[in-house]
Amino acid sequence: MTVTRSDVQLMLDVKAGDQQSFELLLQRYRTPLVNFLYRMVRNREQAEDLAQEVFLRVYRAREDYEPSAKFTTWLFRIATNLALNSVRDHRYQKLETSLDAPIVADAEQGDERTMEVADKHPDIEQHLVEEARKKMIRHAIEKLPEKQRAAVLLHKYQELDYAEISKILRCSESALKSLLFRAYETLRVELAPLVASSVKH
Amino acid sequence: MSCEKMETRILAYVDGRLKEAERAEVQKHLDGCAACRVRVNEFRAVTDLLDELPVMEPSGAFNARVHALIAAEPRKRIGWFAWFTPSPRIAFVASMLLLLTVWLGSRQGPEPLIAPEALPVVENADYDVISSFAPLSDLSQVPDDDANDNDASQPQQPQQM
Repeated sequence: MTVTRSDVQLMLDVKAGDQQSFELLLQRYRTPLVNFLYRMVRNREQAEDLAQEVFLRVYRAREDYEPSAKFTTWLFRIATNLALNSVRDHRYQKLETSLDAPIVADAEQGDERTMEVADKHPDIEQHLVEEARKKMIRHAIEKLPEKQRAAVLLHKYQELDYAEISKILRCSESALKSLLFRAYETLRVELAPLVASSVKH
Repeated sequence: MSCEKMETRILAYVDGRLKEAERAEVQKHLDGCAACRVRVNEFRAVTDLLDELPVMEPSGAFNARVHALIAAEPRKRIGWFAWFTPSPRIAFVASMLLLLTVWLGSRQGPEPLIAPEALPVVENADYDVISSFAPLSDLSQVPDDDANDNDASQPQQPQQM
C-alpha cells in the first residue's frame, strides 16, 4: 500500500534533495496553477509562463523552506503575486472575441481545450448555447477587479478556506469575506440572464 | 441579525461552512427577509455557473519547460573566498579586525612624549640653539669650578655672546 505524502512532506523531501518529490508536486499542482493563472491573466501562453515561474521559485526556495503555513497558501501566494503584477504591468490583450462576433469553436481559437476528447454534439444549437454561456461567465470573471477575481478563483476553484485566502491576499478574514460578497454581487448582476433561468424565486 | 451582518456570513452559509449556532441565526434572518433569500439563491446559482467552465490541461511541453528552467539555474558559487571563510560570521569578524588594524596603523601626527607644561620656560625669546653650543674655549670666562659642577641637574643657561 503506497502512502500519499502530504504537500509539506514532499516539499521537505525536496529540501533534502529528492528530485522525485519535486516531480510529484509538479504533477499535483500544474493543472490548478495553470487554470488559476489563465483565469487571472486571460492569456494561455502567459498563464503557462507564470505557472512555470511559480515552480521555479518553489525550487529556488527549497533550501530555506520551513512549513510555517500550508503549502497551498505559499504556492498560491506566489502565483497570485505574479498574476497581479502581470495584470497591472502588462495589461494583456484579450484573446476572446466579443460577444457580438460570430461564435466559433474553441478548438479553432486555440483559446481553451476541454478535457473531453473529440466532442461530438448531435445538437449544434445546444453546443452554441453552451459556448455562449461559457463566454459570458468567463467575461464576467474577467471584468472583476483583480483582487476580487483572485478571491473568487481561489474560493471557488481551489476550494481554499477563508483563512488561507486572506493570508494569500494579505487582508483580514472579514475584509476577504466583504471582497467575496462584492464579487458575487457583481457576478449575479453580470450573469443575471443565466441566473434568472436557473433560480426559482 | 441585520442584512448588513449577513454580508460576511452569506457565502459561508452557501458554502455550508458556518457553525451550527451561526447557521441557525442566518436561517432565522432568511426566514424573515425576502431580499436576502433571493441573494442566497442567486449566489448559489453563480457558484453553479462557475462550475460550467472547463478545466484546462497544461500544454505537452509544460513539464519540460520547468525542467529546462531548473537546469539553467546557476550552481552554487564556490569562489576562492569560501576557502578562507567557512561561515559568513567569521568573514564579518575577520573583515572588522582587518579594518581595525588598518585604522590603527594609519594614525599619524606628533605625539609629545613630555607634556608642554613640564618643559622649562626659556626667558630669552631669542634663544639661539647654535650659540648655546659655543666652543669650550669661550667658557674660559666662567670659573671652572668642579665643586660647583652641578650644571647637569640644572637647565642650560644660554651663553651670552
